[in-house]
Amino acid sequence: MNMQFRSRPDQASANGVKTAIADCDIHPARATKTELYPYLAKRWHEHLETYDKQPYQGMMEGPPYPKAQPNASRRDAYPPEGGPQGSSLSFMQAQHLDPNNVVLGVLNPLATGQGIRNQDLAAAICSAINDWQIEKWTSKDSRLKASVVVANEDGPAAAAEIRKRAGDENFVQVLLLSRNVEPLGQRRYWPIYEAAEEAGLPVGVHAFGFGGNPITASGWPSYYIEEMVGHSQCQQTALASLVLEGVFERHPKLRMVMIEAGFGWAPSLSWRLDKNWRLLKSEVPHVKRPPSEYIRDHIWWTTQPMEDPEKRDHLFQVIDWIGWDRLLFATDYPHWDYDEPSRVLPAGVSDANREAFYLSNALKLYGLA
Amino acid sequence: MVRHVIAPVDELPPGTRKFLTIDQRPIAVFNINGEFFGLLNRCPHQGAALCEGPLIGLAQSSDPGEIEYTKLGEIIRCPWHGWEFDIRTGQSYCDPKRFRARAYPVNVEPGANVVKGPYVAETIAVSVESDYVVVDL
Repeated sequence: MNMQFRSRPDQASANGVKTAIADCDIHPARATKTELYPYLAKRWHEHLETYDKQPYQGMMEGPPYPKAQPNASRRDAYPPEGGPQGSSLSFMQAQHLDPNNVVLGVLNPLATGQGIRNQDLAAAICSAINDWQIEKWTSKDSRLKASVVVANEDGPAAAAEIRKRAGDENFVQVLLLSRNVEPLGQRRYWPIYEAAEEAGLPVGVHAFGFGGNPITASGWPSYYIEEMVGHSQCQQTALASLVLEGVFERHPKLRMVMIEAGFGWAPSLSWRLDKNWRLLKSEVPHVKRPPSEYIRDHIWWTTQPMEDPEKRDHLFQVIDWIGWDRLLFATDYPHWDYDEPSRVLPAGVSDANREAFYLSNALKLYGLA
Repeated sequence: MVRHVIAPVDELPPGTRKFLTIDQRPIAVFNINGEFFGLLNRCPHQGAALCEGPLIGLAQSSDPGEIEYTKLGEIIRCPWHGWEFDIRTGQSYCDPKRFRARAYPVNVEPGANVVKGPYVAETIAVSVESDYVVVDL
């Protein structure tokens, strides 16, 4: 009898991946509510304890829809030392980075200063999050790279934070969320794009956000599943706005990443934009090229949650339109809708495309090739 | 098939589960109200440690507004994507693709017959012999 007993099962992935991968969407969490305090001025400790945060959305804390798993995360991802999923570097290494051979992990903190009405507090928390990412994560594990989190509704403050981090090799992108007070192409956000282009940092737009608007364009839906599906709507609004407000015309070197909102809709949105642009371009003369060209030139897409059509040929047709050089593999660790690296891509992909998908597209985009 | 004695019965009281590895296969054994069940601790969907999930019931609806909740405590819900499996048979119960492809029956059927999913978790035979829990593998 060959047997061993354990109080808990092996936490490592059951499907160890041998080839190196880049994971372009990892969510680090704080183990305690006061973990940011060392990076915040004393004035803000007192403010938080007295007034807390005043958000744009109608909920005091957390996202508008309760999640399907605790903290929206895998139930097997609680660190043994306590704290929520994603709050322990050593456990992230043991459960994810090491067994899945992650050579680049891009950190996207979601619970930040974004969505707070007090703009000074928003900027202070975002800057603290950026210091915290270096101290707790990137300085301890060179595979991990941080995202510059910015006070999204305060363009000048956001631009100042980006300029402060420009050239710092701990950071590989600027992070925004898809649901803001206004569509992302509008002028209040322009200083962010200007500073990011100047710093050579791509701007990631992750699903979610706390701008106070419903997930749909026609009110608040009833179910969490509608929020999950609705992320693609919000992302389409953001992307159409970026193109039609002329952001890419103004910033020809700006690169953006659509994170966790799918990519199957990219061709149909582009077709519709192009068709209407031909009819209505006199309304938006600053949009000089067909919208699809800006999208192809400026946009990268993370893969998780991977599109899963019944016929794999349909997936390949969408990717052919987008380009195999534009997809960035992501797991979303430790969130519950995590994509397991070894199970994501169907058979029938060439070695070169597979390598681009899992690794080299990300290394090139983030300047690490 | 080899019989493995895994624990005295009183080490696995109702409501508990035990994780172990036999011949390099991760396994979990559950005591649910005095009945013992074994499952391979690997989700057939994406490979998660399936048996770390909560035990829930099976919610099904024959019509909007009518919900049947059955098999209480006998459905294991995967800790990653929430796929649900019947701990007695390993059968999964949610498959959106089949929902689309298949015509709905007009009459009300017992929940378990409506839609079966594509995945079947591997069940492991568990028995009790002389106050010991025994796994056949």
